[in-house]
Amino acid sequence: MPLVDDLKMPMEEGEETRREFLALLGTGAIAVAALGTAITAVRFLWPEVLFEEERRFRIGRPEDISVGTLVSLPQQKVYIMHAAGGFFAMSATCTHLGCLTQYEKENNRIFCPCHGSRFDTTGKVTDGPAPRPLPRLELVVEDGQLVVDVSKPVAADVVLRV
Amino acid sequence: MSRPQTTTKTETRARRIASVLMRNRVFRSIFRHGFADTNRNRSLSVFSNILLHIHPVKVNVRAIRFTRTFYLGGMASATFGILIVTGIFLMFYYHPSVPRAYEDMKDLEFVVYMGLFLRNLHRWGAHAMVALVLLHMVRVFFAGAYRPPREFNWVIGVLLLLVTILLSYTGYLLPWDQLAYWGVTVGTNMADSMPWIGQHIKFLLLGGREVNENALLRFYVLHCVVLPFVAVLLLSIHIWRVRKDGGVYLGEAGDTAQEPDFGLEGHADTAPPPAGAAWKNSETDA
Repeated sequence: MPLVDDLKMPMEEGEETRREFLALLGTGAIAVAALGTAITAVRFLWPEVLFEEERRFRIGRPEDISVGTLVSLPQQKVYIMHAAGGFFAMSATCTHLGCLTQYEKENNRIFCPCHGSRFDTTGKVTDGPAPRPLPRLELVVEDGQLVVDVSKPVAADVVLRV
Repeated sequence: MSRPQTTTKTETRARRIASVLMRNRVFRSIFRHGFADTNRNRSLSVFSNILLHIHPVKVNVRAIRFTRTFYLGGMASATFGILIVTGIFLMFYYHPSVPRAYEDMKDLEFVVYMGLFLRNLHRWGAHAMVALVLLHMVRVFFAGAYRPPREFNWVIGVLLLLVTILLSYTGYLLPWDQLAYWGVTVGTNMADSMPWIGQHIKFLLLGGREVNENALLRFYVLHCVVLPFVAVLLLSIHIWRVRKDGGVYLGEAGDTAQEPDFGLEGHADTAPPPAGAAWKNSETDA
């Protein structure tokens, strides 16, 4: 009768013992659990609901804004310009580091108090560290009212003719 | 030297009181070594004391001289201690909410007893800590103390600098004034400019698109719980590593370079080592 030891299969090259396999399995399970926990933890910190300003809102009737007027809405961080070619909306957030710019009526320009960037009334950078012009935002007319959506940037030459 | 044979009455009484206080189980369970001035007791008094325990078993007198380290690391830790204590006091009056934060800060300044003192101590302590950590780093750099076997501890130190700056930055939002609001707006927009992940980091940090009540609460939790916890953990490793690496770096063995003399202290204990004597670190060189 053969002994148990004699029945042992020879190990092949690259083959793992049961101990090594189980250790790998255990380590793998812990790694998967750790990764899952990490992803869940980050996901937990992602808010589901935001109690912030509406991203799409009404401005008013286009005929109330005369040509050459820039309307400043600091609460919504938006400018509405009625240029000769038509209406357009711009973000009032400075493209440098996110401060709120302000419209200086007497100089007819937009100014950022944080680091001194200046923009003209079309949003183009005229001075200071801002790297890009103020982005234009989607502007439409609904029920005779101008409606801006700040979550939808549009091309820099888009104007709305009413 | 022979002991004086005659003992006065007071001396006898003092001995009796000392014996009552110290020859009991409670005292012996706390202090496990005698007072006699032996090398064994000297060592025991160091490593049976949690505060002195940060030192190696034997400390070279050069290691504890002011001009060796300027005590910068110790002072940075001390300011951190002050910040924890004053911070806990401030937490009793501060609500991390948009309607209350600024008002609470003003109350601390003008209404709460000693509030102004505590708030200022916290604020100036924070400035001091950042400065001391940076100076400590400069000192370590110029002493060459970041080299093996202390490389790992240098990395821990860099992480501690990062945590210190993050603590300073998260605390910046909490007064909820204009400076705080726009400072954090600018700071998070810097994170935003990172390619690919920047906008997600900003969103996660603020808990929204703008600096508002979510951001205030997040910065508060980071400032009061998460970052101090990380700082204490890293600080423990940092100090433990100093001890394990043989204490303060004293130059290479056989180094003949002159000790810097800033003229700040007496010279009774600063005689140069005897010619040919190699200074040894008690643990690493043994």
